[in-house]
Amino acid sequence: MKQIAVDIRDIRKSYTGIKALQGINIQINSGELFGFIGPDGAGKTSLFHILTSLVIPDSGSATVAGYDTIHDYREIRKIVGYMPGKFSLYQDLTVDENLKFFAGIFRTTIHEHFELYKDIFAQLEPFRKRKAGQLSGGMKQKLALSCALVHKPQLLFLDEPTTGVDAVSRTEFWEILQRIKYMGITVIVSTPYMDEAALCDRVALMNKGSIMAVNSPENIVRSFGKNLYAVKSEQMFPLPGLLATIEHTKAVYRSGEYIHYLNEKDDFDPVLIEIYLRACGHGMIQVHQIAPSIEDCFMVLMQQSKAQKAA
Amino acid sequence: MKGFIYKEFLHIFRDPRTMLILFGMPIVQVLLFGFAITNEINNAGIAILDESKDEMSIALTDKLLASGYFTLKENLRSRDEIEAVFRKGNTSLVVVFEPQFSSRFIREGQAAVQLIADASDPNTAHLLSVFASGIIRDFSGDISIINKPPLTIRIQTNMLYNPELKGVFMFVPGTITVLLMLISAMMTSISIAKEKEMGTMEVLLVSPLKTWQIVSGKVVPYILLSFINALIILLLAYTVFAMPLRGSLLLLLAESILFIVMALTMGIFISTISNTQQQAMLLSMFALMLPTILLSGFIFPVENMPDALQYLSHVMPSKWFIVIIKQIMLKGLGITYFWKETLILALMTAFFLIMSIRKFNVRLA
Repeated sequence: MKQIAVDIRDIRKSYTGIKALQGINIQINSGELFGFIGPDGAGKTSLFHILTSLVIPDSGSATVAGYDTIHDYREIRKIVGYMPGKFSLYQDLTVDENLKFFAGIFRTTIHEHFELYKDIFAQLEPFRKRKAGQLSGGMKQKLALSCALVHKPQLLFLDEPTTGVDAVSRTEFWEILQRIKYMGITVIVSTPYMDEAALCDRVALMNKGSIMAVNSPENIVRSFGKNLYAVKSEQMFPLPGLLATIEHTKAVYRSGEYIHYLNEKDDFDPVLIEIYLRACGHGMIQVHQIAPSIEDCFMVLMQQSKAQKAA
Repeated sequence: MKGFIYKEFLHIFRDPRTMLILFGMPIVQVLLFGFAITNEINNAGIAILDESKDEMSIALTDKLLASGYFTLKENLRSRDEIEAVFRKGNTSLVVVFEPQFSSRFIREGQAAVQLIADASDPNTAHLLSVFASGIIRDFSGDISIINKPPLTIRIQTNMLYNPELKGVFMFVPGTITVLLMLISAMMTSISIAKEKEMGTMEVLLVSPLKTWQIVSGKVVPYILLSFINALIILLLAYTVFAMPLRGSLLLLLAESILFIVMALTMGIFISTISNTQQQAMLLSMFALMLPTILLSGFIFPVENMPDALQYLSHVMPSKWFIVIIKQIMLKGLGITYFWKETLILALMTAFFLIMSIRKFNVRLA
């Protein structure tokens, strides 16, 4: 029943010795809102370049809507909308002129698929005569999105659309993406913000050119161990080192003002932490069990892959 | 396509710097080259030391001054004053008539005039003496005819096509060439490199636009603007400097378009090998501008260059275009006289076009 919109098979790519992508395998379904989550340098942009036919991979292959990214690049370029990570509109043209230009190069008009982006455009309405370079960050992204939608693409590739955008605009932007998805467009988005993962249907957690996990955000969190604790004491600096020496420790990392601690035993008793720390002379000890977030999953997966490499 | 060209015009008209380069520079350059950088003789200051002050020496003086090349700065009374007058600096030539000038001429059939030139500027000194002796020879010829007897040999030098040796006739073709090269090649290469630098090229590539559409969208506005520029320069040359147009205007414009297209293809080629505007600008400057000015015969005659540089000048498109312009404007010749030069330009155009289409990447580098 489910149609494959994007099929990535063992894609590898290096740039002057740096391995940007090391064997990526993912299938993205039609009509999905799919997120690539990972920090800077994870390889998200490289992957987007390959999928939008801008870059040829060193090895492996990918299809977008059934078209090969190397041989059928002309077909792909007709049916995808692409919004690069860097703001890529003409800063010296007005909002209207930019939109008209992009409609022109896709051989359509602003009106033909207007229902697709009329909500976004309504917010741009007061600035139609303003030059794109003078818009605020959030408005720029909305304009760029409108331009990417002007020809009603089958797939939409958005490379870090919310980077550098304020919190309110980010929320708005994700609401817009949900609406676009319900109009039948496959939306593929990348972001460094872990909290945005929960807004996707499925996500791929990426780090250093590899995929660490692909699943729905709920399943990723569910597969995470139960015994996650937030720990705090008056001596924060030696704390992670001490916690790591506890038996069956799976991961220890800093998160905000707490240290997050995960133990792989299901019957782990958190009182152990408190006893151990007190024995080591720590005071003001706090230990709470917490529900894991995507960020927790990401940190744990990252530590695991590091440990694997070290071993 | 139409939208692309429209957009390109908006870029050009919204950027004051581009506008200045496009329309301010040609005018300033033509006027500069026309007025300031000339090596022609015009109203050179001379002094006269007339030791006879008779009918014939006065007539010859009048003839010299009437030529328009010379202005009388001072009448000297003795040879001692000659050095002093050169030191003042406004005199570059002194004409000395020997005593009893006319009586000697009539009695002995010859009389002496001494030309003393300030050779600290050798070119000017040489030119002035040549001009002055020409006038004097002319004068003696006139007299001889009236007095009939001894046949003196008359040397007649004709400066063909540019009898007044006007430097501006040399500089206008050169300026047109340099400017068309600059505007066409540099501006297109910069504007394409700008799309790469700003990241807009990425979006253009991920669109159904084909390579030739992107390139011609970039190029068409500059063909038009360069053509308008060529017209402005020609108009200035014609009105301000009275440059003749002896050949066909249509042919001149057609050749100009060929050269513009050639320069544009060079510009596209440059943009395919540079990723930033700065790179594109430096490349155009050093690869195009300087060789165009120095090696095309615009300022320094190609014939006087060392062999190696002469060969190098053959690959300068501007050299061929300058030849064409001069043939049309000054000699009034038709295409049969410079089809070879035209063919060379056309071949260069084809070469750069093929190279840039092959180099133009449908993907990111």
